[in-house]
Amino acid sequence: MNHWIVAPIVLPAILAPFIIMVLRYHLDLQRIFSVAGVVGLLGIALTITAQASGGDIQVYELGDWPAPFGIVLVLDRMSAMMVLLTALLALPIVLYAIGSGWDDRGKHFHALFHFQLMGVCGAFLTGDAFNLFVFFEVLLIASYGLMTHGGGAVRLKAGVQYVTYNLLGSTLFLFALGTIYGVTGTLNMADLAIRVAEIPPEDTALLRVGAVLLLLVFCIKAAVLPLHFWLPASYANAPLPVAALFAIMTKVGAYSILRVYTLVFGPDVAVTDGLIGDWLQPAALLTLAVGAIGILGTQHIARMVAFCAIASMGTLLIAISLFDETATAAALYYVYHSTLATALMFLVADLVMQRQGGAIEPKPPMAQSGLISSLFFVGAIAMAGMPPLSGFIGKLLVLDAARDAPDANAVWAVILIGSFVTIVGLARAGTLIFWKSHDAKIDTRSEHEDSEEDEPPSAPEPQPALAFTSVFGAVFGLVLLTLFAGPALEYTRKTAEQLFTPYQYITAVMGREE
Amino acid sequence: MEALVASAVGVLTAAGIFLILRRRTFPVILGLSLITYAVNVFLFATGRLALNAPAVLNKYEEVPYTDPLPQALVLTAIVISFGMTAVIVMIALSAYLSAKDDHIDMSASDSVDAPGEDA
Repeated sequence: MNHWIVAPIVLPAILAPFIIMVLRYHLDLQRIFSVAGVVGLLGIALTITAQASGGDIQVYELGDWPAPFGIVLVLDRMSAMMVLLTALLALPIVLYAIGSGWDDRGKHFHALFHFQLMGVCGAFLTGDAFNLFVFFEVLLIASYGLMTHGGGAVRLKAGVQYVTYNLLGSTLFLFALGTIYGVTGTLNMADLAIRVAEIPPEDTALLRVGAVLLLLVFCIKAAVLPLHFWLPASYANAPLPVAALFAIMTKVGAYSILRVYTLVFGPDVAVTDGLIGDWLQPAALLTLAVGAIGILGTQHIARMVAFCAIASMGTLLIAISLFDETATAAALYYVYHSTLATALMFLVADLVMQRQGGAIEPKPPMAQSGLISSLFFVGAIAMAGMPPLSGFIGKLLVLDAARDAPDANAVWAVILIGSFVTIVGLARAGTLIFWKSHDAKIDTRSEHEDSEEDEPPSAPEPQPALAFTSVFGAVFGLVLLTLFAGPALEYTRKTAEQLFTPYQYITAVMGREE
Repeated sequence: MEALVASAVGVLTAAGIFLILRRRTFPVILGLSLITYAVNVFLFATGRLALNAPAVLNKYEEVPYTDPLPQALVLTAIVISFGMTAVIVMIALSAYLSAKDDHIDMSASDSVDAPGEDA
């Protein structure tokens, strides 16, 4: 067996308790080990992506128990690319958290950060539905700690809402899994795929209930429209580097939808026929619309970026809900872009908030205004999907994939108008924050009353150079994604092909007689 | 017995949902606990109910057995929900202590936005 597969889970699982127990009082050592751990994770992710890119699906049997009895981890192209995305995202964020001093504002930032990485990587790698639930819980419980990192009344109240919502989501997940287990008698995803296909259509009432409940759970994580209410308040009140890391958490929901509804309840399973196309697609369109309106309407920069995250999830889920190979390849490319762009915007928003608070209104100029405004400009271009950055390519691919879809008109209209509204909203925010501040009518003497509303100015000796470098790292990632769009697309095209031939996955997991 | 278990799950869930829709933190947490109890009983029943049957196969004689997997699942679910409840109690407590009220919703002045923004 290839032990690299379990390494992305084991490395943070060892590192996080080590940081808590041994390095508890040594922030400098914590920082060194944390960064080293993320770099190590990146190395592991690159290794397993190289191994998966060949196209054969590898299975890791935990405890050496064969597939339907034990829990398996499965490495295919999609799980490898998602683990790689996690590591790529984690590196600039951990550097930013160190550079901006965020990790010093509460205890255990780095340990929680690595527990979160462990949960995310585990959710991407597991091949067992109940184990997926367990890794969801691992990443959630770490996210509760990270979300309330640094404390403060408003953040804690937002934290209570966030935990409540997600606890309900977890309960729903258990109800869904229980229902599916009651009908099929298994929770291994490959085994589920076999059993679901065998069940005669007249006996599937309960199975339909389970499938719909499961989709609801994933939609909560992915913040699809009627279930998105948790996102703006939680992300806007979380420490913004943490919100940037949470950009991967909505993608865990999208990943799970793709995984379960291509493998278990695939396109040709009669039970869930129309679930993705008829139900998810309108919800995704509404998600994008509401996200775009939110960007235009909100008065606070962190909430604006949270709505950017919702809008980009909308675009992503539109691509997923088209539910064919080309659209899925586009969706997988867009996952990379959307995660990096959302994280970049959150980091820029944090730079702004550290200097002049979060309200989108004309204020006196801040330090390093030129640098931050150009970073905001780059992030906004990427987020809105303007050329030359990868958002443009991603949206173009989604539009192209939707060309032959039955409701192509609706998809095109929503994506194009949504992008336009996004551009207007981001331009409004940028103008008010960066340009109006140089207006002669702004009274520069009121600086102190203004800046002390949101964040207590307690940043202990931040190192802006490191913070800026890490933000530039995220920009660099987007530029690379644009420059190497060809190879990336080739990979996502092959990934989509693999997803839509689920028998490869099933034989890899179930077909081993040992 | 099926009717009893089913109605227990139903009543627990209904009471839990009622409590979750309250405005203060304490009933909401109670409601969450009730719902997790409901889901635990529900998970337990997904392996079908069998009375007085061991959770092991007997290869020497035909005796009834009960499905062991839901028991393992429910054990995991209990541990996780217990831990989560502890976490939310701690976060709710510190929110109560620092904000001086235990309303679950954030008032307009709490919100990062100016009043008038929908939350």
